[in-house]
Amino acid sequence: MGAVTTAANPGHAHHEEHHHEESFVSKYIFSHDHKMISKQFLVTAVFMACVAVMMSILFRLQLAWPGEGFAITNFFLGDKWAPEGVLNPNMYLALVTIHGTIMVFFVLTGGLSGTFSNLLIPLQVGARDMASGFINMLSYWFFFLSSVLMLASLFVEGGPASSGWTVYPPLSALPQAIPGSGAGMTLWLLSMAIFIASSLMGGLNYVVTVLNLRTKGMKMTRLPLTIWAFLITAVLGILSFPVLLSAALLLLMDRSMGTSFYLSDIHIAGEALEQTGGSPILFQHLFWFLGHPEVYIVLLPALGITSEIIATNARKPIFGYRAMIGSILAIGFLSFIVWGHHMFVTGMNPFLGSVFVFTTLLIAIPSAVKVFNYITTLWRGNLVMTPAMLFSIGLVATFIAGGLTGIILADSALDINVHDTYFVVAHFHIVMGMSAIFGMFAGIYHWFPKMYGRMMNTRLGYAHFWLTFISAFGVFFPMHYIGLAGAPRRYYEYSSFPFLDSVMDLNVLVTVFAIIGGMAQLIWIYNFFYSIFRGPKAVQNPWKSNTLEWTTPVEHVHGNWPGPLPVVYRWPYDYSKPGKEHDYVPQTVPIEDGEEEH
Amino acid sequence: MTNILIVLALVLGVLAIAQLARVYELTSRLRGKREEDISPGDNRLNAALWWVFMVVYYIFFFWLFFRYRDRMLPISGSEHGEALDKLLNFNWIILFIAFFLTNTLLFWFAGKYYFRQGRRAFYYPHNNKLELLWTVVPAAVLAVIIIYGLRTWNEITEPGTGDMEVVELYAKQFDWTARYPGKDGMLGATDFRLINGTNPLGVVTRETVATRMQELADELAEIEERLANEVLPDDQVAELHDRTAYLQRMRGRITDLRTEMEQDIAEKGEASPYLAGADDLVIKEFHLPLRKEAKLLIRSRDVIHSMYLPHMRAQMNAVPGMTTTFRMRPTVSTDSMRIVTGNPEFNYVLLCNKICGASHYNMQMDLVVESQEAYDQWMAGQTPFQAPAGAEEAPADEAAPATEEGTATEEAADAMTAMNEN
Repeated sequence: MGAVTTAANPGHAHHEEHHHEESFVSKYIFSHDHKMISKQFLVTAVFMACVAVMMSILFRLQLAWPGEGFAITNFFLGDKWAPEGVLNPNMYLALVTIHGTIMVFFVLTGGLSGTFSNLLIPLQVGARDMASGFINMLSYWFFFLSSVLMLASLFVEGGPASSGWTVYPPLSALPQAIPGSGAGMTLWLLSMAIFIASSLMGGLNYVVTVLNLRTKGMKMTRLPLTIWAFLITAVLGILSFPVLLSAALLLLMDRSMGTSFYLSDIHIAGEALEQTGGSPILFQHLFWFLGHPEVYIVLLPALGITSEIIATNARKPIFGYRAMIGSILAIGFLSFIVWGHHMFVTGMNPFLGSVFVFTTLLIAIPSAVKVFNYITTLWRGNLVMTPAMLFSIGLVATFIAGGLTGIILADSALDINVHDTYFVVAHFHIVMGMSAIFGMFAGIYHWFPKMYGRMMNTRLGYAHFWLTFISAFGVFFPMHYIGLAGAPRRYYEYSSFPFLDSVMDLNVLVTVFAIIGGMAQLIWIYNFFYSIFRGPKAVQNPWKSNTLEWTTPVEHVHGNWPGPLPVVYRWPYDYSKPGKEHDYVPQTVPIEDGEEEH
Repeated sequence: MTNILIVLALVLGVLAIAQLARVYELTSRLRGKREEDISPGDNRLNAALWWVFMVVYYIFFFWLFFRYRDRMLPISGSEHGEALDKLLNFNWIILFIAFFLTNTLLFWFAGKYYFRQGRRAFYYPHNNKLELLWTVVPAAVLAVIIIYGLRTWNEITEPGTGDMEVVELYAKQFDWTARYPGKDGMLGATDFRLINGTNPLGVVTRETVATRMQELADELAEIEERLANEVLPDDQVAELHDRTAYLQRMRGRITDLRTEMEQDIAEKGEASPYLAGADDLVIKEFHLPLRKEAKLLIRSRDVIHSMYLPHMRAQMNAVPGMTTTFRMRPTVSTDSMRIVTGNPEFNYVLLCNKICGASHYNMQMDLVVESQEAYDQWMAGQTPFQAPAGAEEAPADEAAPATEEGTATEEAADAMTAMNEN
């Protein structure tokens, strides 16, 4: 492995343009360069996202037209899982499970943080590379391996894991309970264990780089909000992912070594199990101790990205920079003490439930601050409607729509009747799924010139945005009503419950929008891959932005800056500052005499 | 076929859009426009679209609201449900205000302040008073929501006192069973090791313990006989030894249980839950008397299920290894609800709301809420779990264990025959 020789040693990249020639393998495959690793994460995540979107369309077809055969379902799943195109109920559960797993972990955690933390942390803090290029490379390859394992689980006998993305035991522990809990579940657990290792290696690198490798003048209070968001995200991941790892390992032992951490008093397939004394609730506590911070691991990078993009394209400083940092910190802290709100109806002590109601609703305060600050940033701005800007404003809209229903779900009394219904599905898809995806798209449109040195097509970006934005609401808004009518999630079909007939026409509407939304992503895929190779060449600072990444040359060089590292004199949000010639002042421009910092 | 055509049409549509964009890109490049320069026309267009979107969004919102408002769950069938609906409506009012306020501001500004050459954005980095305002106001509103919500929650979850109708709801893949305490008003003890074809809930009585012990002894004897008389391949012998060990351990556990039972009976006499099981009603029907508080005890045999009664606004998980409870007082009978909904077929339904396997989507049981008299009458018509006069009317729930054992033995026999032939 010749990769070791290319270690981007901070400080040794001074040798101007003449860095050593790299082999194909060390440049494109086992690269230590954070920019290349970020692209690797992105492309892998795009592939995984395509798989997960396709799955969602297959199960949406079943939900809209239950029991009907579809050639496309048969095409993807074959005669075993979709005889005559009719989806098998076990496969339905498997699709729902893997769709959730891939989206939450592989696209919105690995894909989002992996791409943008990697790309932007060294570039925006003014570092030559990540603190450890080698660990960074390992982080990607662990991610790749876990993706491969997750996809491989689709092909095992008995099908992939199908106990929901939360894999609650005993369902996930007992192959007798559901076929997906056989080899598919084992692969799921192994894949997640490797994924967690990847995420920890990435996270440690991000934290160390932000804390130690900031360039001269880059005080913590001059960091772009992206970096603050990535930093807190990485801290959340480091503190919570190990808990999921232990939960997964204990589950693995329950499955194969006869331990009973999660099992007790079970009689299944005509036989009493000997494993007693465990508690299925223990798993839920461990799972959600990661699971809830995970929501913010997904969301915070998106919020950081949009803060940066909205300020740049509104040509206006982000309103309340310190309040924005404060709310990131508050959200990060609170996210660790709210996990019980997923468990109000598990039989947990009601008083404990009350505590979680209180802490959960507190999160609404920093979230409200963020929304109002975004809106105020737009007020009297000079909004350049780039596709990235559209997606960022779109994120604020989904954050509002999804965040508000969170107040209902956080209220334990109200949760009783909407828990595990489509209301929940609507809520988290809008607030977490859509917001994070919008943040990711915004980031890709905005930093594409930095990643690939070329521009994406703006017009296609507009078409992509509006179709996606409209379908997002078309898909998830009606789901609130399906849920309020009492329809549980993860049901293969609803025909045995006549009281739900009144809202079943909404399922057709949802599926139609899901197909439109899915197809709209083809526009993006075309635009993305075409532009990588054939897009118009980018200039150094296309968006007239203040942050450091736009002071690097368009062509990637090792060590990011060909000369000495830039020196920072101001915060990143001096847009339209009175008394300045241009409507932006890069961070590298010294403060003039008599100028106030901000 | 139509599916393929639809997909094809969509793909072509996408390609057409892509080509149009490409033509546009080439012409603008000819005019010397760069990709990152957003033309005034594009800024104006997208700004206008934000406003259009806002209007469409609100129309969609109200269309859904008015069209589906009456198709949601009807009035609550339980007392706590009414309080809960009130709380929900209170929350909706606050949320609607916040929703329209923030969205209107967002889309209004997004459409209004689009980029115009020569204009400069207002440099406005922060304003502590404003920020304080939108920290304090949400905090105050949330305080109200929290206090109101927790008061309702405490009322719903407090243990409850007085005369309650106790019913056990027992979940397994993929159906529900109800158990009523019978004449003694006390539910019998249970143990999952006693579950068999005639005792689906594992109720512990002297008879069920004896029956189960006999079953284990029979199977052990059968295996011993096979090992002694048949020539079996090594792996099957090993399997049978494992099985023997399992059965012996199981017998040990049940012996312990028997000792415990006898001690408890000796200590408490008639008050022992081990004597309370025989007259329990173990049935596939779920009835509740109107206006009497019911305490639901919820258990599961295999995986986590969830007892969900949407019309009663009631939900509680069924977790193997523990008993969860939910307390509620039905206030609307099934008959009245048929009038309310205008649907003579209406039934309260209990469904499973925690993913539990392939037939999760059809794991249900009807709930009948009726007057005390009708309830008593219904109850009187049920047969106790162990009819005193040795009647054998236990619910023929599942002979699954027996048949499965049967097929396993048959398979083993078949395999052996095959080997012998070779």
